[in-house]
Amino acid sequence: MSPTASILPLRFSQVGYEAGGKLLLDDISFELESGPRTVILGPNGAGKSLGLRLAHGLIEPTSGAIEWSSADPIFLRSKQAMVFERPVLLRRSAAANIDYALSIHGTPRRERETRVEAALTKTGLSALAERPARVLSAGERQRLAIARAWATEPEVLFLDEPTAALDPAATRAIETLICSIADSGTKIVMTTHDLGQARRLADEILFFSAGRLLEHTPAADFFAEPATGAAKAFLRGELTW
Amino acid sequence: MDDLLGAIQSAIRLMLTLDPDLIEIVALSFEVALLGLGLAALVGLPLGAALALFRFPGHNLAVVAMNALMGLPPVVVGLFVYLLLSRSGPLGSLGWLFTAKAMILAQFLLVLPIIAALTRQVVADLAQEYDEQLRSLGVGPARAIPTLLWDGRYQLVTTLLAGFGRAIGEVGAVLVVGGNIAHVSRVMTTAITLETSRGDLSLALALGIILLLMSLLVSAAATFASRLAATIDG
Repeated sequence: MSPTASILPLRFSQVGYEAGGKLLLDDISFELESGPRTVILGPNGAGKSLGLRLAHGLIEPTSGAIEWSSADPIFLRSKQAMVFERPVLLRRSAAANIDYALSIHGTPRRERETRVEAALTKTGLSALAERPARVLSAGERQRLAIARAWATEPEVLFLDEPTAALDPAATRAIETLICSIADSGTKIVMTTHDLGQARRLADEILFFSAGRLLEHTPAADFFAEPATGAAKAFLRGELTW
Repeated sequence: MDDLLGAIQSAIRLMLTLDPDLIEIVALSFEVALLGLGLAALVGLPLGAALALFRFPGHNLAVVAMNALMGLPPVVVGLFVYLLLSRSGPLGSLGWLFTAKAMILAQFLLVLPIIAALTRQVVADLAQEYDEQLRSLGVGPARAIPTLLWDGRYQLVTTLLAGFGRAIGEVGAVLVVGGNIAHVSRVMTTAITLETSRGDLSLALALGIILLLMSLLVSAAATFASRLAATIDG
């Protein structure tokens, strides 16, 4: 498998996920191409994070199929990265956290130092390079998690509610970062329950509600004219779920 | 009461005069306990982490056995090592019986299950928190062992202290395999046993006080150092 080969498109075919006798995701089908920034939108409990975890391969669907254009699990893993709502940072310095990801990724030692520096610079963390990761502020921790994910040059970057725990200033910094990563050619797939964020970032929307995918449309269309009642209610800010 | 006062006095006297016999006994006690602990940590830390991270047939049995072995009676370990090292035993040709080496081996076996079982718990707890992140990064269980041991280092200090406490304080195993021979295999606990049986209660108590102080000092220092480092590290 050549390192430049693409793992996209990602295809969900009638994917279902059941846990504890409850059907949490039901009959989800969609296809994601490289390019547009995809935002999975929906109220809490709609199954957005679950969908993201399934796509990233952290959990297996109980029905249906998830396919990439490659079937090699190691290659797939190496071309994806994920930023969690509450990222786990290792008990070492900020720089060492990025170095660790690169070393797992198989980046030769001599290249790592420059890549770590580049990732820290990109995320505005250069001054904090030697600071223990765990004492950083919430916003800095999230930026470090993005730096760590970005450093391995993923083709697809998943972000699960990356700003849910952050204040507006930190949120803006993260959103700017996400845009710049998308502009450099990385496919962004992120979840959010924040309408404003979806408007600012999305090129296309996957609208989830109660474990089902209700809409998959370009963002402009979705916000101008949502097709389903649930989406309309969500856009009006009604608490119907 | 007189015994206790006398003991405290003679303990202070022994310590202040740096009694050479006492220093020899204390030094050997620490040497044996620390080496036994070091070897047990070398094996037990990765073993415990592996038990936390790998699933295999018989896994539950291994965990239960490991936990049960934490309560191994020291004399039984002593007896086992004695049989191993006795002239006719499988390792008899080493000539280790009644030497410090035999005592280190016995304490290694005694401390190993403690380190492994407590490490398994620490790493298993940590693994829950780290699981998705590590899998997302592409870290397999084998690579996760050193990662989680390192990230659990502050909790693991307590694990090592538990092992040290077991090693420095036990008498059964070192007595059986060491024989409490003066200048060869006499440590604090075996000396206390001897002095008590000889009726020299004040010397026995003095040694007991020193043992207590030393253990307290070691554990306080280790706890303090790791707390401090943990605070700095977040």
